[in-house]
Amino acid sequence: MIEYWHIFLAFFIPGIVGYGGGPASIPLVEYEVVQRYEWMTTSEFGEVLALGNALPGPIATKMAGYIGYDVGGVLGAIVAVSATVLPSLIAMIILLKLLLKFKDSPKIKRMTALIRPAIAILLAVLAYQFFATSYEGAGLVQTLILIAASFFLLERWNIHPAFVIIGALTYGAVFLS
Amino acid sequence: MSYIGYKSAIERVVQVNFQLQKDIFISFFRAGMLGYGGGPATIPLVHKEVVDTYKWMDDEEFSDVLAIGNTLPGPIMTKMAGYIGYRVGGYTGMTNALAATILPTVVIMIALISFLVSFRDSPIVEGMTNSIAPVVGVMLFMLAFNFLRSSKKDLGWGLAIGLGVVSLIAFELVGLHPAILIGAIIIYALVKKTPSKQTKEGES
Repeated sequence: MIEYWHIFLAFFIPGIVGYGGGPASIPLVEYEVVQRYEWMTTSEFGEVLALGNALPGPIATKMAGYIGYDVGGVLGAIVAVSATVLPSLIAMIILLKLLLKFKDSPKIKRMTALIRPAIAILLAVLAYQFFATSYEGAGLVQTLILIAASFFLLERWNIHPAFVIIGALTYGAVFLS
Repeated sequence: MSYIGYKSAIERVVQVNFQLQKDIFISFFRAGMLGYGGGPATIPLVHKEVVDTYKWMDDEEFSDVLAIGNTLPGPIMTKMAGYIGYRVGGYTGMTNALAATILPTVVIMIALISFLVSFRDSPIVEGMTNSIAPVVGVMLFMLAFNFLRSSKKDLGWGLAIGLGVVSLIAFELVGLHPAILIGAIIIYALVKKTPSKQTKEGES
């Protein structure tokens, strides 16, 4: 029983103090899992993280699900994922419900308008980080080819992202390996 | 209303809900399975499903969801999925969207971990990681551009670009955490007395 409580705490704390989405909370998860509860060594954690990054989907829940399962079976996985997801989701639903209730008030309209440029820049910074990853891993020429190709496919010819992503993965597996 | 009338009405409600829940599941399953690079990389994919494909929200509401999501701690993808699922399909929709986002990748991770270990150092995996990053970058950049363009309508180019530049300096040069800046903008907008000029712009 105490084990499940520890699993809950190990993922609850990074979930409520980690800002910037799942990837930003990974070092906090590592602290809990490796330093505090000693479920894994640093290198084991690094290995699980590397494998998680090779798979699609959000990283925080993949880590929580796997480590929870490793420590406490299926119930452990459920506890870990719930501790990661639920606290911030509940806060989110409460705040947005309030916002939706007052959405016609001029103050909320102004807030929506004033926030959007900041969100745009936040997304642009994220975009830059992904370009930088590719530049470091695959070089400038390949990065520019992939940027140009995905821009034309997605924006000019309106190809669904699914096909572009599968195409890019295939290209990477064949030409960048 | 006759019994048959009731029955078909009930059937219709059940059918509509089932269809909606199916759409919710498909949209978040697709976004999750196509998103490489963690939750933030899935933002443009969720936007595509929610705003373009199923039209559950407009750009403004979606950017509010992102804003609130960024001021709160925790993973961003599950906050988006849970809230949008709830907003569109109630608590069933929330559970459904969360399951579609989390379950497939967690199950794959647990089931394939020993198989994946042998591929860890494979150059193929590295090549795929490198080739997907620019695509995610382009999607995020286009979403950023669309948001900036749409805020021109509400604020005018001057204020929109001005706020953008201030945010860029705050995030990148000062190293201010995004949650603090967004929180400050929210408080400013809510506390400041409404001047007549901006109200008109907001309403027009």
